[in-house]
Amino acid sequence: MTELKQSLDELALTEAEYEAIVDRIGREPNMLELGLFGSLWSEHCGYQHSKPLLRLFAAKSPRLLVNPGEENAGVVDIGEGLAVVFKIESHNHPSAIEPYEGAATGVGGIVRDILAMGARPIALMNSLRFGPLSDPANRYLFNGVVSGISAYGNCIGIPDVGGEVCFSESYSGNPLVNAMCVGLVEKDSMLRATTGGPGSLLMLVGADTGRDGIHGASGLASRTFEEERELRPTVQASNPFLEKVLIEACLEAVATGRLTGLQDLGAAGLTSAALEAASSGGSGLEIDVSLVPRRDSGMTPYEVMLSESQERMLVVIEEEHVGPIKDIFDKWGLTSTVIGRATDTGRAVISDGEEAGGDLPVDVLVDAPLYRLEGVKPEGLDALQAYDLGGLPLPDETADAVLLRLLASPNIASKESVYRQYDHQVMTNTVIGPGGDAAVLRIKESKRGLAMSTDGNGRYCFLDPHIGGMIAVAEACRNVAVVGAEPVALTDCLNFGNPERPEAYYQLEECIMGIALASKLLGAPVISGNVSLYNETRGEAIYPTPVIGALGLMDDVTRNASIAFGDEGDVVLLLGATKAGGATESLAGSEYLQIVHGLVAGQPRIDMELEIAVQRACRRAVSGGLVSSAHDCSDGGLAVTVAESCIAGEIGFSGSLEVSGRWDAALFGEEQSRIVISVSAANREAVEGICAEEGAPVALLGEVGGEALVIAGLLDVPVNRIADAWKGGLERAAEGSASTG
Amino acid sequence: MKFGVVVFPGTWSDTDCHHVLQNVFHQSVEYVWHKDTDLSGYDCIVLPGGFSYGDYLRCGALARFSPVMRSVEKFAAEGGLVIGICNGFQVLCEAGLLPGVLVRNDHLQFRCQWTNLRVESSASPFTNAAAEGQVLHVPIAHGEGNYFADPDTIAMLERDDRVLFRYCSEDGEITVAANPNGSLNNIAGITNEGRNVMGMMPHPERCCESLVGGVDGRAIFESLLATAIPDMVLP
Repeated sequence: MTELKQSLDELALTEAEYEAIVDRIGREPNMLELGLFGSLWSEHCGYQHSKPLLRLFAAKSPRLLVNPGEENAGVVDIGEGLAVVFKIESHNHPSAIEPYEGAATGVGGIVRDILAMGARPIALMNSLRFGPLSDPANRYLFNGVVSGISAYGNCIGIPDVGGEVCFSESYSGNPLVNAMCVGLVEKDSMLRATTGGPGSLLMLVGADTGRDGIHGASGLASRTFEEERELRPTVQASNPFLEKVLIEACLEAVATGRLTGLQDLGAAGLTSAALEAASSGGSGLEIDVSLVPRRDSGMTPYEVMLSESQERMLVVIEEEHVGPIKDIFDKWGLTSTVIGRATDTGRAVISDGEEAGGDLPVDVLVDAPLYRLEGVKPEGLDALQAYDLGGLPLPDETADAVLLRLLASPNIASKESVYRQYDHQVMTNTVIGPGGDAAVLRIKESKRGLAMSTDGNGRYCFLDPHIGGMIAVAEACRNVAVVGAEPVALTDCLNFGNPERPEAYYQLEECIMGIALASKLLGAPVISGNVSLYNETRGEAIYPTPVIGALGLMDDVTRNASIAFGDEGDVVLLLGATKAGGATESLAGSEYLQIVHGLVAGQPRIDMELEIAVQRACRRAVSGGLVSSAHDCSDGGLAVTVAESCIAGEIGFSGSLEVSGRWDAALFGEEQSRIVISVSAANREAVEGICAEEGAPVALLGEVGGEALVIAGLLDVPVNRIADAWKGGLERAAEGSASTG
Repeated sequence: MKFGVVVFPGTWSDTDCHHVLQNVFHQSVEYVWHKDTDLSGYDCIVLPGGFSYGDYLRCGALARFSPVMRSVEKFAAEGGLVIGICNGFQVLCEAGLLPGVLVRNDHLQFRCQWTNLRVESSASPFTNAAAEGQVLHVPIAHGEGNYFADPDTIAMLERDDRVLFRYCSEDGEITVAANPNGSLNNIAGITNEGRNVMGMMPHPERCCESLVGGVDGRAIFESLLATAIPDMVLP
């Protein structure tokens, strides 16, 4: 039993789960069979703790071509015979252990998810979170992750068009590395992950199988870990060149119309690829592991089935097509081998040549036990939410000085030193690249465009997971609205702590409910995603951090807006507020509160009715070609938003604010549902008319011009000074010469 | 004019070059698989950007042994026009069709950013539609674009007017700050002795349409077209 217990621990299976297995298959499983259960019943593959909650996501939209969770990625019909496939996925745990390979293989994995639908991957985004760069261990992780994404993404020739990089003590030692991929496919050639009918052949394509990444899904992604070094071999090694060739070869094979199904090999390798395909095809399968090409000698069937060697795909194909399809893979220099077939037995039969390996019912294997637990509001959260922000002293420095500090803080400072390491222009579709609120891509030979953004604020979710979840959705959609697009669908990456702890479960449950509600209200369904639980190191959980990826659609891609102020004399308006205010509540969870007061407190808030009106008004104004610039008001508040538009436009601003409360809250408070736009004097009336029709309040802030950012009586800083602070902030922190607060 | 765009395993600017030549300049263009050897009928061969063979070993070092390269050598020797962009430039250097080598950027990182290029010589089929001293706004995307050659080679390139593009400031000054990768003499593009083979690290195909980043890259393709079809009306 001790030996069994050790195996169960390695696989992250409980004794109760083991008993359930014995009960359902009527005997004790052998080691190979136990390995299959361990992987498929893990959180990573089986979504044991999250699935019951994910059902809260209402996903009704006429644009959806497959049901969420049914396939490798969500699919949205964008008209003109085209569909967009997109998904976000985490690679947090591998990146914590080996940042370069962890991040690189994270990119590779999400790309294959998109490829599995028969789609051409056309864009990548990354949402990254690290501990403060003042700690060399965090700098090591940060540099490693960015290098890994750069090396992999650049080599495969898919533009990396944006994302986020954030820093907080809460992610020290447990970085979040979330990668999103967007693909384009002609509706008619879309593929499914299915085995098809009995007799279809399973062909493994790409890399040889090695001992890398065994137990990645069960061990690494589905429990917390203390001693990271022991887990190093569970991180896979990347070969981006092979991935690039695999993409081209698979798309060439898809184009022949000869494939029945296509499936990527990701977490739990061949096991989950084959079993998911069999399950959705309603079939059984036979696999002879002796046929799987290896790069290590002496591998056991267990190791072959659970290996997470990268750059492999499983092609499902009828016998008569094997020749022509094999020719395509040969042309690209790829190994392709038939390793098994679909059967009508409903069983997964694994053999090693003549020797039997395992024989289990498919339906039991893919039917992981689900847990609906009881969440408990974390102790002390009530007090944090009720914190008396109004009692805080006003800063003893000038507003100018505070603004410069905020602009130089790594969370707000320019991320150019990161994204210039990513090729963001290859494929020549990038209309707006990294550095704006959302990226915009054209679709060649169409007037249409796609907008995309990722967002998620861990501080807000920590302070109120329900509201924080809503804000994450609202902000992702707002970013897409700011460039003139209509948000049509969402993907989410849920990064949380150990769900078996009631406080973490509370955060997960509340956050999902918030996301579900906001998604419904904004009419953008969650169509795909990934759950990364057990993000804890040495007993400390990360901030609950949902990262929302939003996809927006534009009828005319030339009607877009950048964040840069344009012409001298343009009128600057604030959508979403009739006056700037200065309400203390807006300081809740703000960057200002963290940087200047060293405090994470208060209760964030959002008015969804206002949010919807503001997004509609902004989208109409931008897509109507009435707007010179538009920029979402988020981290750092109004002053930072205006400063960023000045820096991007290399021009000043002068205006005034009616402050009814605290000046720090008026300038740096993070009230939601606000967008700063600039319009020519001639278009002002039309824009205000749209705002009135949509019920979106709008206030005059000032006008574009001069060489300084001036807010009468509050701020007066030359644009080149704010630009210096903002441009050099992250690099200074990455060199270890500044604290990140 | 008929273009052939070579595709090695790992090439990725092939589709970008194809798109620009076909849809912006309305020229005849075909992909040439790296194992093909018949280049008859083409007026210009394009070696596009990417990571041919993953740039494993050394960038361009494996691609130069692809069967198509023997034909490209022959094609160039017979006076055919050959343009290598980014990885294509690296392959041309490895193949000995251009002198020198592209080594790792001096700061050791990949760079995707806009650069300014000063046209140093308009006496080539790749630059004749541009004016000497003209500044073009063209992006780079590479980790190994640091042009290096021995002093004699550099002196020869300079003497023979074979440096076609140099990284410069917005107003055309050749400065250290304007050099994105440490290239000797800020060299961004060169031509061969016969002036029919050109290699450049920046990506002109990425800036031929105003929607996706400007139109300064057109000068290179317009020069090629002006060479082949002197009385052509450009788009």
